[in-house]
Amino acid sequence: MAVIQYREALRQAMVEEMERDDRVFLMGEEVAEYNGAYKVSQGMLDQFGPRRIIDTPISENGFCGIGIGAAMVGLRPIVEFMTFSFSYVAFDQLVNNAANMRYMSGGQFSVPIVFRGNSGVGGSLGATHSHRPEAFYAHVPGLTVLMPSTPADAKGMLKAAIRSDDPIIFIEHENLLGDKGEVSDDRDFLVPIGKASIVRPGRDVTLITYSRMLKITLAAAEKLAEEGIDAEVIDLRSIRPLDIDTLVTSVSKTHRAVIIEEDWPYCGIGAGISDRIMQKAFDELDAPIRRVTAKDVPVPYSRVLEAAMLPDVGKVVAQVHDVLYR
Amino acid sequence: MAQTTTEAKPAVTRNQSVGWLRQMLLIRRFEEQSAKLYQQQKILGFCHLYSGQEAVAVGSIGVLREDDYVFTAYRDHGHAIARGMDPKAGMAEMLGKVSGCSKGKGGSMHFFDAEKGFMGGHAIVGSHIPLAAGVAFAIKYKGGDQACLCYFGDGAMDQGALHEAFNIASLWKLPVIYIVENNMMSMGTQLHRHSWTTDLTLRGGPAYGMPGILVDGNDIEEMARVTRDALRRARAGEGPSFIEAKTYRFRGHSMSDPMKYRSKEEAEKAKEGDPIVLFESLLKERGWIDEPTLEEMHEKIKAEVEEAIQFAEHAPEPPLESLYQDITVAPFIPQE
Repeated sequence: MAVIQYREALRQAMVEEMERDDRVFLMGEEVAEYNGAYKVSQGMLDQFGPRRIIDTPISENGFCGIGIGAAMVGLRPIVEFMTFSFSYVAFDQLVNNAANMRYMSGGQFSVPIVFRGNSGVGGSLGATHSHRPEAFYAHVPGLTVLMPSTPADAKGMLKAAIRSDDPIIFIEHENLLGDKGEVSDDRDFLVPIGKASIVRPGRDVTLITYSRMLKITLAAAEKLAEEGIDAEVIDLRSIRPLDIDTLVTSVSKTHRAVIIEEDWPYCGIGAGISDRIMQKAFDELDAPIRRVTAKDVPVPYSRVLEAAMLPDVGKVVAQVHDVLYR
Repeated sequence: MAQTTTEAKPAVTRNQSVGWLRQMLLIRRFEEQSAKLYQQQKILGFCHLYSGQEAVAVGSIGVLREDDYVFTAYRDHGHAIARGMDPKAGMAEMLGKVSGCSKGKGGSMHFFDAEKGFMGGHAIVGSHIPLAAGVAFAIKYKGGDQACLCYFGDGAMDQGALHEAFNIASLWKLPVIYIVENNMMSMGTQLHRHSWTTDLTLRGGPAYGMPGILVDGNDIEEMARVTRDALRRARAGEGPSFIEAKTYRFRGHSMSDPMKYRSKEEAEKAKEGDPIVLFESLLKERGWIDEPTLEEMHEKIKAEVEEAIQFAEHAPEPPLESLYQDITVAPFIPQE
């Protein structure tokens, strides 16, 4: 165990997997000579050389397609988006080619690839650079969508993603890159795909969240504890597949749920999760499921407006009061 | 996979020529019968026929090694057959059967045959052009000397994916050969209305630091010759090539195309350049084939395609449980 940053945990995962398997390589904008726009790949060019740490032109559609083609014949690419907002330029490659290839070919070709990079409302980056793409990609059968919220999960989940034989959308968060935490140095430390984590057990209400919103949710749980409300906090980690069993078990205990997400409300991840809980455990609910989401507006530049659009502790507490009829 | 020795031979042999003619005839017959099955609503969805363009695929795929790779767009039946796909598997696919080359999940536009290095028919215009560069990247990464052939129509020249892939392929000297089958139509929009220049080599070759080679795509031996040159370049690590093969499709863009954008006279005139007629005449002139042999060949191909249709008609439908199969390698968990 060592205390390291989220970005270092990501790097460790990539370095360890590249040392283990020559088929793994990293490709993206500024990953090599610049040492990573967010310093995630710092030092990797020195260690692995230009054959395996590859700078690309600013051509997301092109280099994502190249990654997918390489994966079809047995390589295991890691493709970095400088931010996942830029993945929209490559949407066709991810949704039509990576996700469908195995199905369309009747199982003849698989695409073992990881698309990774940060996302989210990073701080005054404006509407084009602050996207939360999870709902777009989680919509698609064939893609697996992972979103780590801690340095330990960043490493264990990325290692599992690199070892997976399927296309993985691995979405980090810009505001988590500098977070520190204890991380295992076991080279086979893997966080299984599809397993949520109960970060804080509780009896009275289930708070379901992921990525950066975990911190706000945990802070809200502390605040609620002061009022004598015992919240259970679940970090989804895997957006698709969803760990519905863990959610149903929790809701069957607390009978109330609030979903906290940085995404937009309409057709956001919380809408899908809410539907699945209702299908599986409607009778267990003592109150309608509530959601705390970003406001239904483009992401503004102004610090004041940006803060106003995002979930915060007060908004979470208010929705918990609502489901508890307080 | 074993390597063939075709590439080492500078000229086209008699056997090879007769084999190529046979393949072109097989593709033409396959397409004609596909049209009938489409009209009978046995083939569904979109179906794009290759009739008229056969020499492009057969002449270029004909000089590949078994361990090379082939990508193409949605007009994919001809390339698949040229690469050795069993017509039974192709026909069964179009009839949506489990015995099809993609288990009935792909249809006409999505033929795949991993064993033959046939990397698929791809149905979004231009989308597969980066994939082919990716396979070429993998070849280079692994230190191999195979090559990847990638076909598309002139409409794909207008897609960003093509230009991104061309730039990177050249920058990284990838062993990929891009062949635009210029049939003069981007769906129903004629070349002069969709491209600032009708010389596509200007847009695809020197602009990206690779040779831009113009070839008569209806001349199968010329197709073979320019592809051999490009293969030599690819295998030597000199990078990609761009070949513009001028050709003409006899049928509409797809089966649902009434072809109102071109005159009957134009289409009739184009048939004078029918690559099959041209090659048959050439082989007869050389004394490499005679009329009785040719007739026998035609009959055999008719029977082979009929056999493929019978196979496809009698093949089982995909089992309903296959709906959820082959989505991911890991057990698939439907989010339902």
